[in-house]
Formats: sequence, C-alpha cells, structure tokens
Amino acid sequence: MSLAQVVERKVERIAATGNHAAAYATREVDIDVAAIYPITPQVQIAEKIAEMVANGELDAEIIPVESEHSAMSAVVAASAVGARAFTATSSQGLELMHEILYIASSLRQPVVMALATRALSAPINIWNDYGDVISMRDTGWIILFSETVQEVYDNIIQAYRIAEHPDVLLPVAVTLDGYILSHTIEPLELVTREEALKFAFKRPRGYRPVLDPDDPITIGPLAAPNWYYEIKRQQIEAIRNAGRVVREVGREYGKIFGRTYDLLEPYMIDDAKIVIISLGATASLVKAAVNRLRKQGEKVGMVKIRLYRPFPAEDLIKVIEDVDAVGVLDRAVVYGSPTEGPLFNDIAVTLATRGIHKLLVSFVHGLGGRDIFVNDVIAMYKKIKRFAEEGRSPEKTVFFGVKGEEV
Amino acid sequence: MGVNKPIKVLWDIPREERFAPGHSMCQGCGAAITMRHLAKIMDKNTIIAMGTGCVEVTTTLFPRTSWRNPWIHLAFENTAAVASGVEAALKALSRKKIIDDSRRIKVVAIAGDGGTFDIGLQSLSGMLERRHNVMYVVYDNEAYMNTGIQRSSATPYGAWTTTTPIGTKLRGKPQPKKDIITIALAHGIPYIATANIAYPVDMVEKFRKAYEVDGPSLVHVYSPCTPGWRIRNEHTIEVARLAVQTGVWVQLEIIEGEPRVTIKVPRRKHVRHYLRIQGRFRHLTDSDIETIQKMVDEYVEKINKWVGEEAIGPVVE
Amino acid sequence: MEKTYKRDFSTWREVPIGGIIPWPGTTAEVETHAWRAYRPVINQDKCIRCRLCWVYCPDAAILEVDEEYTTPSGRKYNISYRVDLAHCKGCGICAYECPVKAIEMIPEER
Repeated sequence: MSLAQVVERKVERIAATGNHAAAYATREVDIDVAAIYPITPQVQIAEKIAEMVANGELDAEIIPVESEHSAMSAVVAASAVGARAFTATSSQGLELMHEILYIASSLRQPVVMALATRALSAPINIWNDYGDVISMRDTGWIILFSETVQEVYDNIIQAYRIAEHPDVLLPVAVTLDGYILSHTIEPLELVTREEALKFAFKRPRGYRPVLDPDDPITIGPLAAPNWYYEIKRQQIEAIRNAGRVVREVGREYGKIFGRTYDLLEPYMIDDAKIVIISLGATASLVKAAVNRLRKQGEKVGMVKIRLYRPFPAEDLIKVIEDVDAVGVLDRAVVYGSPTEGPLFNDIAVTLATRGIHKLLVSFVHGLGGRDIFVNDVIAMYKKIKRFAEEGRSPEKTVFFGVKGEEV
Repeated sequence: MGVNKPIKVLWDIPREERFAPGHSMCQGCGAAITMRHLAKIMDKNTIIAMGTGCVEVTTTLFPRTSWRNPWIHLAFENTAAVASGVEAALKALSRKKIIDDSRRIKVVAIAGDGGTFDIGLQSLSGMLERRHNVMYVVYDNEAYMNTGIQRSSATPYGAWTTTTPIGTKLRGKPQPKKDIITIALAHGIPYIATANIAYPVDMVEKFRKAYEVDGPSLVHVYSPCTPGWRIRNEHTIEVARLAVQTGVWVQLEIIEGEPRVTIKVPRRKHVRHYLRIQGRFRHLTDSDIETIQKMVDEYVEKINKWVGEEAIGPVVE
Repeated sequence: MEKTYKRDFSTWREVPIGGIIPWPGTTAEVETHAWRAYRPVINQDKCIRCRLCWVYCPDAAILEVDEEYTTPSGRKYNISYRVDLAHCKGCGICAYECPVKAIEMIPEER
C-alpha cells in the first residue's frame, strides 16, 4: 500500500484511557467470547466491554465468571471451540490464573489477554510494577509490552493476527502499565471494524483443530514419558519462531495504518556509548532522559523491548553491538537470582552465550508504584557512566530509589 | 438429540457404544459403567468437558482416546468453567452463523467427587448460577481414588481412607458426607438427580432428562470403586444396590425444585448389610454401626418429609 | 483432523499439535485381556437373554449380537451374548449378577 493510500484513510481520533483502548480493540476485531473477573486497575476493560455488548456495539458472549481461574479456563475452552476469546486481569488475578496460563499455551489456544500491570502482594498494592507480567514470562505466552495508549490498542489488534497465525497458535498477553496507561487519557487513533477485520481476519473454522462434532478430537489428554517431551519440544519451536510472525504483522500494520511495529525499538543508538534498556511505559521516561542528556552532549541511546517473549535476542545484539555499556531498568524483581532484574538477566545471557563482553548494570526501580522521574533516569545514566569509567560491572543489582540505599 | 424416547425398560437403552473399551479403568470399576451409559444418551452433537480424575487419565492416554465425541480437559478444579466457555462459544458462533444455528450442540461436564464437592465447587457454583446450558455429571466414588484413596468431602462417616486411617485415636472419617444435592438445589436449577449404577434404567432415564433440559442440570452418580472401597471386583453392583436398599443412598429427582424418590424402598435393610461387604468399613464395631444406622434413619426421615410420603420405609431385616 | 496427522508419527515435529488425539475411540485397539485371572463363559442354553450382563459390564466386553439361537429345550432367541475376550478384564460382575447363573468364571491358564 502506498503512502497516498495511508493518507486517504479517514481517521477518527478520540481521547481514551488505556483500559478503554483495550476494550475498543476487542470491538474492532469482533471478539466472540469475553470472560473477565473484576480487579484493579483492569476493571474498566470489563466494564467497557459489558457496555458495548449491552448497547449492541459488540456481538460477544460475556461470561461473568466467579474468579480469574475460571476466566482463563473459560476463554481457553471457548478458543478450543474456535471462538475469538479475550480476557483481562492484573496482579493477583494473574496469579490465580497461573495454572491455566501454562495449559493455554500448551494446548496451543490463541487467546488474547490484556494485562494492566500491578505489583504483587504482600503487602497488597494496587499500583504499577511488572511483578505480575514477569511471573508469567515462562508460561509459554507471547508477551507484548505497550508504551502508550495507542500501542495498547494497536497491540491487541495485532495480537489476534499473531496468535491465530497457523505457524504460531499461541496465546498473547498485551501489557498496559497500571494507572500510567490504564487510567491515563491519551489521544487514540481508531481503526474501523472493517479495516481491523481485514487485517486481523477471522480464519475459516477448521483451519486449526477445534472441538467440532463432525470431527471429534480429544484435547488435553494424559501424556506419559513416551510422548510428553515431544509435545513440549514442538511447543518450544512454536514460540521460538513466533518472533518472525510478530515482525511481519507489525510491518503490515504499519503499511496499512501508518504505525509500524518491530520486536524492539532503538532510539538515538547510532553513535551511543551507553544504552539504557527498558520495557513498557518506563520507556517514555527513558526517551525523555535521553533527549535531555543528548542536549548536554552525552552519547546515550535507549532500547525499548516490545516483544518480551519470545525474547528478541538477535535483534538486540544487532542494535547494541557497538555500545560500551548497557544499563537495564527493571520494574520487577526475581528473588534470590544472581542479579535481581529479570530483563537484565535475559540480556546478560544473550550477551554471554554469544561471547560478547560489555559493561552491564542492573537497576531495579519503581516497585509498587514508586514514581520515577526523568532526573532519576539521568542519575542512573550517571551511575552507569561512573562504572564505565572505572571499567567494571557491578556484581549486584542496584536498587534505585529505595529509602536507605544511596545511589 | 441422543435418545428421543423415555427409557422405561432395560431394552430401551441403546446398544451402540459411544465410549470405547480398552481404557485402563480398574476391574469392576463403577465409574466405567457410569461412563458407558452416559455416553449412550449423547449423540454426536455433544461436547464433553472433563475434570482431572480417574476417568480422565484412564481414557485419554496419548495417542489413544476412548471418546468418540469432541472432548476437552484442562485441569482439576475448573470443569464447570471449561464447560461454561464451550457453551458460551457455541452460543456466540451459532449467533454469528459460524456454526449452523439450527444445530443443537449440548455440553456435558463430567468430574469426580473431589473435582466437584471440593476443589471444583466454586466453578460449579458459578456455572449453575450463570445458568449455562450444561449437563453436569459427578461420578462419586467417595474419595480421591486417582491419587490413591484419600478422603474427600464426599467420603462417608467412618470410612477408612489413606488420610483417615484406623488408629487408636481416630477411626476413619470423623465427618459425614457433604450434601451436594442441597447445594445444587440452592442455585434453583431446573433439573437435579441422584443415580446409581445398580439401577440402569432409572440412571439412563435421568441422564436423558438432564441432557434434554434447557439450562443447567446436575446428576450425582453413585460409582463404587473396587480398590478404594476394598470390595471384591464382582461386588460393584451388589454394593451399589445395597446402598439403595439400606437407605444410605436415595434415588432422587428434583424437577424445578419439586423432589420425588424414583426408586422407592418400602422395606429397608439394616445398614450393616451395606457396611460389612466393604473393607473400608471393616474396623467398625457394632456400636459404630448403630451410630451410622441412626444417621441413615435421620437422613431417611428428612427425605421422606421433604418428598411428602414414606418413600423409604422402616428397617425390616 | 484424523487425516491431517499421520498415526505413525515418530518425532516431535510430527506429534499432533498440543498433544491432541485426532483418532476417536482408539483405545478399542488396546487389549486388556492380560488383566484377567478368570474368564466368563456364557452357557447359551441357560442364558435367558435378560441383558443384565451386557448392561453391567464396565468394559463393554459383553457383546449383544443379532444371532438366533434355539436351546435344546426348544426356546428360540433372536439375540445372543458373547464375551469380547480382548477387552474383558475378568471382574466377574456378569457372573455375579446373572439371575440364572448362566455365566461361569473359569481360571485363565497361561
């Protein structure tokens, strides 16, 4: 499609919260079944979908489930019948779903879930961090992070195209930072239902195995040691290869709607000596810090990881090949790990397995909704620079912004 | 639909087997008899959702299955949620004409007593309350048999299990069996029944009615477990029959809240006949047995009062 | 789906997606006769064709067949019951429940 055609599209712009954007995206792709249990800060997604069904804007069956465990169970089952299914949750709700998260991916069901990220109990805390999404990183789901309200919307539309791709057939989670995106009103450019359904088209029933009386199959059997391993190996291959489809879908989305997506997004990277890597809405803050530092003549860049699982290792290596030092911002912890930043650990392994040595700094910040500001990112940058001058990577994670620890 | 006419005599039960043999359920398994007859009332337009348990693991060892209907299993505690998801998807896809909307596809959920009375109670309640068009069948073998005979809330008073052992301080399960029928009743669903493999005509007819109902239905099936109850393989039906003849188990049918007893027992047998044939009750003293007899008497009195007639008579032998 | 996947799969690339089983009713191929210590033998002359053995079998191992049979005493039946010895596990319910004791459990000699 040419640029002229893109411009010709009639575009409706509205102002919306991330939660409402997520709900609108499900309307555009004409979901068939939604099962959502209320939890803060995701709950407006459930409310908006209910409202759209009530006023006839969306033709879907809503299952007002009695728990998140049942929400996830019901959408996996609905997907197994061939329906386009959707759920949303946060924090403790995701933890209650946990058992079924593995089953969703292992049964290869293309369900899509919006995750308004929120800290995990205890203590109970309703504010943003990535403790919940990190807890699902190893469950076999494809995980897309969003930086803006627009990305939440675009990611959900793309998520169905990715999940249902015959080479993928895996569930997809799309994050939106709790409150920071879920409740913040930003401009949102809508895609019409016709356009969305042309892009994330519904494939003919039967292109993948579904529960069909005319073709009875058994889904979710017992597999003994003689075949369990092979079934798992096939699933590993599916998520390994999903990155290719995520890239193709992101490019095509850009061609049609003018917003191109890749697996990760480098910024000011070309001549950078130091790069800061982050996820989600934190990336906006890092971008602002990079802009300010660049004005001061600092050679700094950043990388936003959009596709967290499968981890885009090759893409990352390409963009950070020439930098001297890498700082990684994690808004979550992995307790008792050699370093406590989960994203940091992925990046350290990516580099180590390829024999690439760089100065690495792991930062944890913003747990339980503790705000960070542009100046904080600048302070972290200075810390990385100090380590670079000293020529050594710190062995331990730096806990930034916690009372009693000096940075 | 599966079977169009009422099952009145043994010869009305369809000959066709929709549940294949070659499964690995135990010799004399009561649940296997339950499944065979349940499958007979389902035609091809039935989707089965099953919870983890004996039947699930013994009928679907990859790459072979005993099922000839579309069948899905996710986990232990979510059978009713899975059935809800299947039913909602069928509704949506029929409305959108992705599935032929003139075709009526029924969802049948199957789980054991552990998966229903205990870990699956919440999802069952949710499904019943939301009024999904699902027939829910609980095959009750009165303990966690798949993991090796641990007590559940469906295990009866005094029964030995591996987690209610016979010692000097405790002798079997100290609590009585949970009343799942009253719990289902509290949801105001259109059809509830208890069934028993020793009474196949009654059982299959109840399956048929529960299948035909538009809305949630629940059939609670007494399904003896030969290794778990420490009974002889050939005694499966005998034990099931004695449960009814002693009033330990009452064959109920509750349509729109109206209860009736479908198998009346004018002359009841003493509960010792039922207990003495089972190894799980071997430790009971005569006085223990009298305690259980009193519990049965109270239960029978409650049922008779509820159905408004003496459906279950006095103990005569 | 039955045709999408080969039944003779042998590698992880070929196993049916998500471990589904696209071959309905295939446990019927599994023979369970080795479980058995005793086999039921039906005396066709004593059998009154009441159907109880068929109805109570946990393994669908009593087969109801449209086979005419006339007893020596002249009683004529349109159906007969046969034992599926591939699937019978020898539980003995049929023999125990038979109201006319027409089924005998005979020790298996292996």
